[in-house]
Amino acid sequence: MLTNGTPELQIDRKDSRLVLAHILFAFGALFLGGIAGLLQGLVRGGVVKLPAEIGYYQLLTAHGVLMALIFTTYFIIGFLISGVSKTTGGKLLPISRHLGWLGYGLMSTGTVVGTICILLNQATVLYTFYAPMKASPYFYIALALVVVGSWMSGFGMFYQFGYWKKLHKGKVTPLFAFMAVTTMLMWIVATLGVAAEVLLQLIPWSFGWVDTVNVMLSRTLFWFFGHPLVYFWLLPAYMCWYVVIPKIIGGKLFSDALARLAFILFLLFSIPVGFHHQLMEPGISPFWKFLQVILTFMVIVPSLMTAFSLFATFEQAGRALGAKGLFGWFRKMPWSDVRFFAPFAGMLTFIPAGAGGIINASNQMNAVVHNTLFITGHFHLTVATTVALTFFGVTYWLIPALTGRKLTARINKLGMIQTVVWLVGMFFMSGAMHTVGLLGSPRRTAYTTYENHPDAFLWMPYHVAMAIGGTILFIGILLLIVNIVLLFRAPRGQEEFPIAEANASAEAAPRLFERWGVLISLVVVLVLIAYMVPVLDMINNPVPGSKGFVTW
Amino acid sequence: MHMHRLEKWWLVFGISMLAIFLLVLGTATFAMGVTPPGEHRHTVNPETVTQNEPFDKPGLRQVGDNEYEAVILAFVFGYSPDRIELPVGAKVNFVLTSTDVVHGFHIIGTNVNMMAVPGEVNHTSYTFKEPGEYLVLCNEYCGAAHEQMQMRIIVK
Ligand code: HEM
Ligand SMILES: [Cu+2]
Ligand SMILES: [Cu+2]
Repeated sequence: MLTNGTPELQIDRKDSRLVLAHILFAFGALFLGGIAGLLQGLVRGGVVKLPAEIGYYQLLTAHGVLMALIFTTYFIIGFLISGVSKTTGGKLLPISRHLGWLGYGLMSTGTVVGTICILLNQATVLYTFYAPMKASPYFYIALALVVVGSWMSGFGMFYQFGYWKKLHKGKVTPLFAFMAVTTMLMWIVATLGVAAEVLLQLIPWSFGWVDTVNVMLSRTLFWFFGHPLVYFWLLPAYMCWYVVIPKIIGGKLFSDALARLAFILFLLFSIPVGFHHQLMEPGISPFWKFLQVILTFMVIVPSLMTAFSLFATFEQAGRALGAKGLFGWFRKMPWSDVRFFAPFAGMLTFIPAGAGGIINASNQMNAVVHNTLFITGHFHLTVATTVALTFFGVTYWLIPALTGRKLTARINKLGMIQTVVWLVGMFFMSGAMHTVGLLGSPRRTAYTTYENHPDAFLWMPYHVAMAIGGTILFIGILLLIVNIVLLFRAPRGQEEFPIAEANASAEAAPRLFERWGVLISLVVVLVLIAYMVPVLDMINNPVPGSKGFVTW
Repeated sequence: MHMHRLEKWWLVFGISMLAIFLLVLGTATFAMGVTPPGEHRHTVNPETVTQNEPFDKPGLRQVGDNEYEAVILAFVFGYSPDRIELPVGAKVNFVLTSTDVVHGFHIIGTNVNMMAVPGEVNHTSYTFKEPGEYLVLCNEYCGAAHEQMQMRIIVK
């Protein structure tokens, strides 16, 4: 399909540019965050000492912000925009694209300002910025810009989706676009919490317009956002698993309607659960904590549905290719295709990662692992392996599809190597973090021997293993950057944008799934049930306010 | 909406396991009293906390037969007192708050792991059955010398 010698792009050229801008920014953040991560590992392992001008906690703030907030958000928005454009006709409406660029501009301004604050040591408060540690007001403004920017891109996607529906009255919406809208809706509701914390509490306090801050309320608003944040990372990976992977393995969607149901359940149950991050805190009664623990576990239902549907897709595709028996499909999977292998490795990692998550949220068991390196080990499996490997797998086809190039056999092979390097590095780093966390070693803590206490001494070998794993991971990031450069110089051609189709026999999803008013009302009701009483209590009987502290 | 027969069984199995699991957690929390720390709601003003009972005299106080109350203040970058001594088998009721930012309080090798939040008082209890020199550390980032923040509990 070559026209005039230029290969046809998978989506409109202008949309491609918007998406590429997001993806490349994401990998820039990953690279810088990776340097910080490498240094953290080496410092904790006792391998290097930082020069006096750079603090450990400054690095850790940069790592957390760049990895957890910037890398993920940019990649996700880029990926979702690409798929929305692809599945709603291959071209965004000008208004959606403009909103996308507006969002990009706001988020990038925020990122630059925030990074400068961190480099100037004005915001060494880590990416969770717990009050009453008080950062420069410009750091909070920067975060607000990132959040508001992401809303703009979300509105752009909603507009595009609504327009498609108007033009296709009565038709089932494209699954990818539906999932993108659900994900962004969840994100916007969740970020209202952190936006309220930053705009109403932290910015006025940091400028000195008010003297004190209600610490419990600020933590509660933060975690209202903090837990759905992890689903915001995960759902785009699920979109790849549900919609992209079946196409890559030559299969069809297992069930369009159940996939939508799973996403709706995530929308409902990922938000009213933030207290499970505050289990060890005073000021919230055990009843409300336990209620939210129950709601937290509700997301197990859509997770089980997802697991079932994925393996059913594999089996169906395998059988269609001639596989026999219960596990015959296994041999039919395209193991040497990085577009499949990297996300699949991510899925497998999710099994131990999910089990770890259940431990963390289990009310009492939480005391064993709270704020230890076990937690850090846990989310390096979830976000930094399951999600990151899925995103890497997407990148290997998305960049060529957007630039009109081919994923060559050689880059594919390098991609396979990069995936294996990541897995090996993470095995050492995350494995060591989990183990030493159970022994008590705290997270977010620079090199220390606690005045040579024997317990802390026992942790050292694991910290060294963390440093080794971190170094291997950093090599994985370098290799990824090389591969991205190679993708931009790959021969011209047409690379597929894999979007699976529904089975011929599939039924349409129930209408209720697209009644957004009903869905949003359900979200609001659940949030009110879980939060209204304890939050009103925090506001009406506030703890004595705290003035700000700069302790770094 | 059609659901595969196997998927139905899979979900029924999963949801039943979940229900049992939550029942166990709930029973432990409410019937057996294995709650996370911090159930009594009790607030103090972090700016004046050191002038009032009980935080004006942080330290150990015997309240019963081998039972003690340990009143502890967390601040950047240490605890007051920074060392307590106990006989083996002592039951200790910890009462903890912070005078400045949020801190942690983790007694290594035990399940005592709680937060010190300014304005709030946190409580938990623990019985020290094993002798030893327990390391207590701050596991919530609190500033430049966070990694130095520690105390000791000596049980003999
Ligand atoms: C080269 C790869 C990486 C290395 C070597 C690395 C290393 C580390 C280390 C050693 C810590 C713990 C520091 C401490 O608690 O004292 C850490 C924390 C963290 N890492 Fe990574 N990491 C890497 C990649 C990632 C990625 C890809 C993500 C997410 C997408 C990520 C997200 C985080 C987050 C959110 C924290 C917690 C920050 C905090 O506690 O404030 N990391 N990392
Ligand atoms: Cu959570
Ligand atoms: Cu600390």
